[in-house]
Amino acid sequence: MHTIDQTTTTTEEAEKNGSASVVEVEALHKSFGTQKVLNGISLKVKRGETLAVLGRSGTGKSVLLRLIIGLEKPDSGSVRIHGEDIAGLTLDELGEIRKKMGFLFQHAALYDSLTVEQNVAFPLQHHKREMSKPEQRERVKNLLMEVGMEDANAKMPSDISGGMQKRVGLARALALEPDILLLDEPTAGLDPISSGEIDDLVLKLQEEHHMASIVVTHDLHSAKAIADRLALLNEGDVVIQGSFEELQQSEIEFVREFLKHS
Amino acid sequence: MMDVALNAVPNTLPPLAERQPISSPANSSTGPLGHFFEWFGDLGLFSWRVARAGFTPPFEFRELFRQLDEIGSKSLPLVALAGAATGVVLSLEARYSLTRFGAKSLLPAAIVFSVIHETGPIITGLVVSGRVGAGIGAELASMKVTEQIDAIEASAVNPYRLLAATRILACILMLPLLTLAGDASGLFMGWVTQALVEPLSLHQFINSGFKSASFNDLLPPTFKTAVFGLIIGLIACFQGMRTQGGAAGVGRAATSSVVLSSLLVIMADVVLVKLILIFFP
Repeated sequence: MHTIDQTTTTTEEAEKNGSASVVEVEALHKSFGTQKVLNGISLKVKRGETLAVLGRSGTGKSVLLRLIIGLEKPDSGSVRIHGEDIAGLTLDELGEIRKKMGFLFQHAALYDSLTVEQNVAFPLQHHKREMSKPEQRERVKNLLMEVGMEDANAKMPSDISGGMQKRVGLARALALEPDILLLDEPTAGLDPISSGEIDDLVLKLQEEHHMASIVVTHDLHSAKAIADRLALLNEGDVVIQGSFEELQQSEIEFVREFLKHS
Repeated sequence: MMDVALNAVPNTLPPLAERQPISSPANSSTGPLGHFFEWFGDLGLFSWRVARAGFTPPFEFRELFRQLDEIGSKSLPLVALAGAATGVVLSLEARYSLTRFGAKSLLPAAIVFSVIHETGPIITGLVVSGRVGAGIGAELASMKVTEQIDAIEASAVNPYRLLAATRILACILMLPLLTLAGDASGLFMGWVTQALVEPLSLHQFINSGFKSASFNDLLPPTFKTAVFGLIIGLIACFQGMRTQGGAAGVGRAATSSVVLSSLLVIMADVVLVKLILIFFP
């Protein structure tokens, strides 16, 4: 018992000073029927670090995020969040870990029967029951201000643009003050100006909240702008990991090809 | 007391089974017979997850009350109208038949027994399976294909508890009440139809109709509709939450919810009528 407590404390301390990985993906395999999507992928992300996962369409980038948050179950390999393997957990146990994670879906996935304000309040209503209604409203207002959407609080998701939906999705992902932020194609389908705004917003949030972030994207400019480290996927595995400069200097054929066409 | 009962829910399945994805029609590679068994297996797994989530805290009372209103109050006009139409038809048909066989004095009793024993419950079951089954199936399917159910799960909220358990429980609770409303509406219109042909007060109609009836004639057939509610809620939630394939998938889920729940309600009725006759003679 003493040893476990000591280990937990050591892990927490290591996470706080940024030396331990908050998200650890090890030898992850995932297939859908006969189609192999991930082929033994391994990644680590530390607190305060942003990793951009790049790759061609259909290389399993979004599947990787879904595996990390437990929406899919891996065929083999492990996903560790704060050192805990999520494979053996029930839905409710996994829920406790998910409270520390924020997820922005590719199409925002806002609840279409709820207003913008209610969407952002949703996690608070379910997990911060100790908060009074005025406190929840204040928190939602602050979150919407943080993403520049305070004027749209009464609107329905169908009444706002794709870029605005992503901002609201981001506010909802941040509602429980997560340690880990997962972003699935945050700039996909947006015009260059909106993409730039989302990139700036992610950078600002990252500076303020100091989270471990994984951003899945096929937009190299966006990845370069917001990530500390980039990982390039091909055929279900990481071809190369490193800074943008390291990718540029790579002699690997696929990396050169990818950078040339981006 | 409630806690004891809730804690008594067995926890026998391994944790991973709870997160095993329920297969969808789109990703199955077996033949028709395989599909049939796969569907039943998935339905069993789904039912287990819903029961497990529904009987353990935190309870989603707010969503439950919303669904009680959505499924109960908003179905009331339709059920009352269907009950009224059935009452009129029954009254006309029974009058013609009983007059022909010289048993016109049994007319009120024939209408009362037909309505409370069978027509009221089954018409309510079918009307609700049409309105609510399609509504739940389409709503959940739409949420599934737009990743809203995934977003609920990613927000650390159990979708089986929030979406399925509340809807199924609301169906179970509201069906008997809607049946009573349908019965009342049918009997009232049955009397109106009779009264238009020859003078008969409502008091006389009720007295004569219920003279030889007991609670066993009313309560078991009314409460059997709770089983109809379970079937409608379970099938609609299941078909909705396993949908794949965009708008076409949503359409398929709505259709299959109505078709399957209506069919299963009729099949369940056959069994329940026999059981009621055995246990409440």
